[in-house]
Amino acid sequence: MNEPNEPKKMKPIWYFVGLVLLSMGAVILLTGIYGLATGTKHTTVLARLHPDVWWGAVMVAAGAIFFFKNR
Amino acid sequence: MQAIGLTFVDWLVIAIYFGFVLGIGFYLRRYTKTEEDFFLAGRKNSAWVAGLAFLSANLGALELLGMTGNTYKYGVYVAHFYWIGAIPAMLFLGLYMMPFYYSSRIKSIPGYLKLRFDEKTRVLNGISFGVMTLLVSGINLYAMALVLHTFLRWNWDVSIWASAVTVALYVTMSGLMSAIFTEIIQFFLIWFGLFLVSVLGILEIGGPGEVFSRVPEAFAKLWSTSGDPTQNGMLVTWGGIVLGLGFVLSFGYWTTDFLVVQRALSAKDLRSARMTPILASFFKMGVPFLVIMGGLIALALARDPSSGFALLQDGGKINYDSALPMLIARYYPPGLIGLGITALLAGFMAGQAGNISAFNTVWTYDIYQSLFNRKASSKHLLWMGRVATLAGILLSVGTAYWAKSFPSIMDYMQAIFSWVNAPLFATMLLGMFVKWITPNGAFWGLICGMGSSFTMFLAVKFSWIDPRLITMSGVQSDMAANFWRAWWAWLICFVVTIVISLFTKKKPEEELTGLVKGLTPKVAGAPVPLLRRPGFWAILSLAILVALNIWFW
Repeated sequence: MNEPNEPKKMKPIWYFVGLVLLSMGAVILLTGIYGLATGTKHTTVLARLHPDVWWGAVMVAAGAIFFFKNR
Repeated sequence: MQAIGLTFVDWLVIAIYFGFVLGIGFYLRRYTKTEEDFFLAGRKNSAWVAGLAFLSANLGALELLGMTGNTYKYGVYVAHFYWIGAIPAMLFLGLYMMPFYYSSRIKSIPGYLKLRFDEKTRVLNGISFGVMTLLVSGINLYAMALVLHTFLRWNWDVSIWASAVTVALYVTMSGLMSAIFTEIIQFFLIWFGLFLVSVLGILEIGGPGEVFSRVPEAFAKLWSTSGDPTQNGMLVTWGGIVLGLGFVLSFGYWTTDFLVVQRALSAKDLRSARMTPILASFFKMGVPFLVIMGGLIALALARDPSSGFALLQDGGKINYDSALPMLIARYYPPGLIGLGITALLAGFMAGQAGNISAFNTVWTYDIYQSLFNRKASSKHLLWMGRVATLAGILLSVGTAYWAKSFPSIMDYMQAIFSWVNAPLFATMLLGMFVKWITPNGAFWGLICGMGSSFTMFLAVKFSWIDPRLITMSGVQSDMAANFWRAWWAWLICFVVTIVISLFTKKKPEEELTGLVKGLTPKVAGAPVPLLRRPGFWAILSLAILVALNIWFW
């Protein structure tokens, strides 16, 4: 048990990596899904592959693994 | 050109990054209580943490942009910087040099020079490293503002100050630990932010083989055109690559530059410290998938008029550094654009934090404590480290504005490394492996090596001498001149150190125990399984390096 003034055990860096990937991935994934749902047409090359959706999902999955394994 | 437009979600992704790095600095502050916490991250990192930070400290955005642009210009020759120009040196550091660095409990590379030689060699190296680090940090800051201004039309002053203040805040709060944390986050952001560029480029062009088939044949070869410098874009021979880049510049940087070695010193034990550069070597070999592939994709697209892809032009000259941002703009929709920009921003800022955290350590121990306050308490040194961080940031900002007034200073950046690191490698090599090298030999060898490198640079720059004297070739580029100058500086330092050592007073052998091979007793530890042995992973890394070089021969 920690003493009153002693800080809790430091979270490992992988926890923060997970949080960053999870939050950024979620923003990208949700933006992609919103674009799909509203039929927004992007002018970028290969936009038909919806890279924001699957890459956002990959980031969320990787972030979740880091985050939950190091909570 | 039209700036890359950012939407609300792109700004949100960028804001998440800034929020995290500041939050991490604040969070880690409560765990930063002693000078060892601040300067060496408490010496409690695993090999994975130290290894990724070791690699990331070198993987700045300037390098990503520059090397992608260089690939567009020179082809896969640029991979030499990642393979022969890095891996052997990293493995050598882990296998042979780290035991001396780590076991002597030094806090910096100049600290090793003090133990092995004397105070004056330490101070000489401390000052030259401090000046080099601040110059590089300031030029990086300027380069970041230039990139953000060119591609995003961001305001110069806002870019410079926002980045400098953020880095100042989190490094001042928790020193090396927060620098390492943000470097690891940068590592993941760079891979997640830029890997997709190569994937989408390969998908658009039709496969990796198709990418290689669409660039000039000489651009797809690594060694087969190195016999004749006129046959490769770098105008360099295999001798320049092997001696200048593969040996002197690479070993000089990876084994003696405190910016990277400091990460290994933060490891929790000797095995982890030795594994640090060895683990990093595997990831280093993978970086070409981002930069080399990106550069080749840009070149393949630019050679196809129907693709509509072209690099930016500045005053009629191609801006090669625009290759990566142009690919990001081509493939990334809103959200992903923010991620790509964040990856570059993270690269810039983590690079700056790395420089500053190395500077504050060298300033505090090797200049301030050594010259001005030998009896400083631990608490005072911690305070001085924080002050040095803020002062270092301000000096970097000053250098950035200086560079803005004299943009040609950018040309000097690569050369700076060959002034300081190339001769230092000769000093370290002799110091660690030859017991009769003397303090005076090391000091004067270092002076002559650094002086000769600087003089050669000026002599070629201002045409005082024929560059063929240095490059031994009728044709040469700035890069080839850098390689060869590094080699000569190393050789001069090596020879002068030996000659002077023959005639000057040696240090007693008992003072060199643990610092020099041959005077360090081998410690027989408990048997370690094969998969935990640094030697096993180093051999595996070397085998992959050889295979890659043969594959792209």
